[in-house]
Amino acid sequence: MAQHDDGVTTPDSGAAGSPVGSTVALSSESGTGVVPLDSVENPGFPPHNPRQTNLDPKKDKNAERQVTFLFFLSIIGSVFALAAYMVFPIVPGDFGSIRENNLFLGLGITLGLLGIGLGAVHWAKQLMREDESVEYRHGTRGTEETRAKAVEVFELGDQESGFGRRTLIRNSLIGALVLTPVPAVALFRGLAPDTDPTALLNHTMWKKGVKLTHDPTGVPIKASDVTLGSAFHVIPEGLNQRSDALEQKAKAAVLLMRLQPEDLHVTKGRETWNYEGIIAYSQICTHVGCPVALYEQQTHHLLCPCHQSQFDMTHEARVIFGPARRPLPQLPITIDSEGYLIARSDFHEPVGPDYWERHV
Amino acid sequence: MRKSTDISPLARKPRKTGRRSPLASIALILIGLVATGGAYALFSTTASASTTAANQQLLTEGSKLFQANCATCHGMNLEGTQQAPSLLGVGAASVQFQVSTGRMPAAASGPQEEEKPSQFTDQQTLALAEFVGSKAVGPGIPSKQYLGGTGNAAKGAELFRINCAMCHNVAGAGGALTEGKYAPSLSGVSALHAYEAMITGPQNMPVFNDANITPSQKADIITYLKYLDKNPSPGGLDLGNLGPVSEGLFLWIFGLGAIVGVTIWLTAKAN
Repeated sequence: MAQHDDGVTTPDSGAAGSPVGSTVALSSESGTGVVPLDSVENPGFPPHNPRQTNLDPKKDKNAERQVTFLFFLSIIGSVFALAAYMVFPIVPGDFGSIRENNLFLGLGITLGLLGIGLGAVHWAKQLMREDESVEYRHGTRGTEETRAKAVEVFELGDQESGFGRRTLIRNSLIGALVLTPVPAVALFRGLAPDTDPTALLNHTMWKKGVKLTHDPTGVPIKASDVTLGSAFHVIPEGLNQRSDALEQKAKAAVLLMRLQPEDLHVTKGRETWNYEGIIAYSQICTHVGCPVALYEQQTHHLLCPCHQSQFDMTHEARVIFGPARRPLPQLPITIDSEGYLIARSDFHEPVGPDYWERHV
Repeated sequence: MRKSTDISPLARKPRKTGRRSPLASIALILIGLVATGGAYALFSTTASASTTAANQQLLTEGSKLFQANCATCHGMNLEGTQQAPSLLGVGAASVQFQVSTGRMPAAASGPQEEEKPSQFTDQQTLALAEFVGSKAVGPGIPSKQYLGGTGNAAKGAELFRINCAMCHNVAGAGGALTEGKYAPSLSGVSALHAYEAMITGPQNMPVFNDANITPSQKADIITYLKYLDKNPSPGGLDLGNLGPVSEGLFLWIFGLGAIVGVTIWLTAKAN
């Protein structure tokens, strides 16, 4: 290395401005850079302009003061941060106190760090040695001597350990090394679901006879409660008692609306799915699964806040705008003998966005 | 009632002296009760009579105001026209909400009527509301007990997140809807208007009747809104509570701007 260490070269030394590999005496095998023969000649450095601080001792003194001031500012900031931590403690239950604590502590620490950083840069720019210089790259290949020595070391190691000679030991070591990652493979595989999760995505908690209940209270909803223009946020009965309530809610959340029965355009086979204009649709957007609940009671549009998909609730939630590709799945509902709304069945299709086994 | 409590110490006194019959105290209590009850009945009948008279006056005033200001679009008999919906069954609460927030009378036909200074005094608004409310059954003006903001803010916040936040934003900052419509900001909205909006579902807002969100739950939601109004954002500047849009814009301009500025300063040669 030492023989290529050109160190700092000042612009007026002859080598300055020469491309690597041409004037500097390097063999063709050192380095990988390709220098075309017709390359533009390096124009070298522009003439050196001395700084104001070099010309005027007053400005030099000034810059020195500024750097000192910045470092002092850092000291003040750090002390201020410490003081702010004590003066503005976080009072449990008072969110305003968190704000003050964060603000002043943060300002103090910022000043502490920024003062050092700005001061150091200012110092380097205004007061440290400022003449332009070039440090040349050196070749990456070692000397023949170094290379021979390295080979020698390897051969000696092989000889002394008997790695090449004692093949049984060598091969068993290789076998052992190959096998060590195997438990990790098994462990990582264990993180994946045991069974195919597709079934979980195909079904929700809803099934025949499950009551529609208020979110979050779980109180059952009577058909007579759902007045015209209403929107109810619905969870299946018994959801709150389940240990996997959140996972189930993510699939089973339903929006219940009441429209004029004559406004609904019901397709064949879905005639019994609404109850006197009360309709229930999955709240999970078929685009990427955001909760869709921005219901407009006059236009009967349902808007997804994430990507602005719009569903027309009078036409069985068909997509009228946005990236969603499928209508929202409808939950078939009816009433029981006491007038409570119940599900006729689960959704007839998987809720939510596409997944690997479902593309349409 | 005050009268009977005044009487009881009097009734006890004779027992101490023992000069009056024990029945005297009972008789005195009876007389007291009858007197107060009678006075109350008399007062309340006169009160209700005067209320009816006042009410009649209010309805007449409301009827006149309606004919002058609303009937062109909503019809002489509230039946609605091509321009505006029928007002039968919208209730007094709906009228009070629309008129006192200035949304009605409408300035122009558009995607949504906007809040503006109210065109009527409170008394005139009340007259209009009572008049429309008297024509058909609908949600009435809410009782004051739910409007004090004395409910449970935590429960209100949960209900708000479930029922309101998707349109009005979790901090009540409002948000966009389809085709130029929007859910307005809820900051500074009075408890009365918040309650009336929930029960009547103005414009495209769904109705949240008392079976959906009970009156005490509505009071909880109002308490939460009051809490939001009173308490500063714990995270400092909330930038309109618009989430990644305003925060991202702020960082793009000021955060990246600062980085660019420092970079230029770092690499510039000193003069």
